Amino acid sequence: MPTDLWGWLTYTDPAAGMPARIVEHLQYTAGGVLLACLVGLPVGLWLGHLGRGGTLAINVSNIGRAIPTLGVVVLFAVSPLGTSLFALSLALGLFALPPVLTNAYVGMREVDREAVEAARGMGMTPGQVFRRVELPLAFPLVAAGVRSAVLQVIATAVLAAAVGGGGLGRFLIEGLGSQDYPQLQAGALVVAALALVVELVLGLLQRLVDPVARSAAAAGT
Amino acid sequence: MTFPGSSDVLAQGVPNPWFSTLYLQQGRSELLTALQQHVMITAISVLAGLVLSLPLAVLARRSRLAETLVIGGAGVIYTIPSLALFALLVPVTAYTATTAIIALALYTLVILVRNAVTGLAEVPAEVVEAARGMGLSAWQRLLRVELPIALPSIVAGVRVATVSTISLLTVAAYVGTGGFGQLIDQGFRADYRAKIVTACLACVLLALVADALLVLLQRLLTPWTRTAR
Repeated sequence: MPTDLWGWLTYTDPAAGMPARIVEHLQYTAGGVLLACLVGLPVGLWLGHLGRGGTLAINVSNIGRAIPTLGVVVLFAVSPLGTSLFALSLALGLFALPPVLTNAYVGMREVDREAVEAARGMGMTPGQVFRRVELPLAFPLVAAGVRSAVLQVIATAVLAAAVGGGGLGRFLIEGLGSQDYPQLQAGALVVAALALVVELVLGLLQRLVDPVARSAAAAGT
Repeated sequence: MTFPGSSDVLAQGVPNPWFSTLYLQQGRSELLTALQQHVMITAISVLAGLVLSLPLAVLARRSRLAETLVIGGAGVIYTIPSLALFALLVPVTAYTATTAIIALALYTLVILVRNAVTGLAEVPAEVVEAARGMGLSAWQRLLRVELPIALPSIVAGVRVATVSTISLLTVAAYVGTGGFGQLIDQGFRADYRAKIVTACLACVLLALVADALLVLLQRLLTPWTRTAR
């Protein structure tokens, strides 16, 4: 076991080292975000397209904020679901759902009504309006929702370690438990760096794939 | 030990209900202690965040660069997962409530500064002009005209910050600050479901009550917004 900060940062044990824990952490994150997107995107986009269920779409965020993440992770762990990758992803996905759903809804609602009317006037079917007008225009807000969901899950995935799971939280929980400051600091630095790097990369990615910005660039404007 | 009023029995034959009135009786004093700790630390953190956010918001309004730096900086802090920020502070402030308060106050900045900036930006220019014409100094304009008009937006920020802080504070149990998070963790270690569920519910309830009280406070502080509605 390493004894200093640098030792922990470069700890490459295949099961309990930094790379292994980073991979576990990203697995939890991907699982949670995927589950949240599978439910949140269709529901949020559809409600936004219809212009219904606004109270539900907005309030899900307010309620989600009041529920303690630690509580849900622990409740899942002591339930029959346990601490499998799926169970933890599900628990984490619950906290990723509000930003995904609310932003998808708001993004669709804030699409310029005149653009939708014009598309209808051009003879587009509701499906075409949805795919070719509403979705591209709503993209920045929808993507922002997914990005904040990813950050939320990276932060909450730290708690997997509190219930015996893996991920980068292990260094924090074990370091805090045994007052092992080098381990603690190494874990904290890597989690913080991971969150900041992911935020940066997703921001760049969003700019690259934004359909409106891309077509504007293609048109040379 | 038996839990009256429950039929939920685990595979091992030990009753471990999700909710038990027995825990409400036996755990009364630890629940009250946790409530007290939770309320105290939340109140101090949000107040500290508010006190920090107002000068930062005023600063952010000075220039485009200042706004980018202040709001961007708050955003970067907010991006750091809570347990990591607590952990980074532990070598400095040890296993104390101070660790939680510093981290939680810093987290509130992202919402409090943004809402204060929005609120101040919404003050009509002619109102500020009129105040200047009446001979109020910049300081007087801020305290007596701009801040009161920005108050609804600021209080909206305080509501979100308070609710988030109550929830985030549970995680601070691992740096020894007590509160409902400690009961959740103890319940997990002892495999005592009723304790976990009760502490979670108490935490959500506290958030809802705090939010309702803040709505009430805003109505009392800004009586003019009621007639406008």
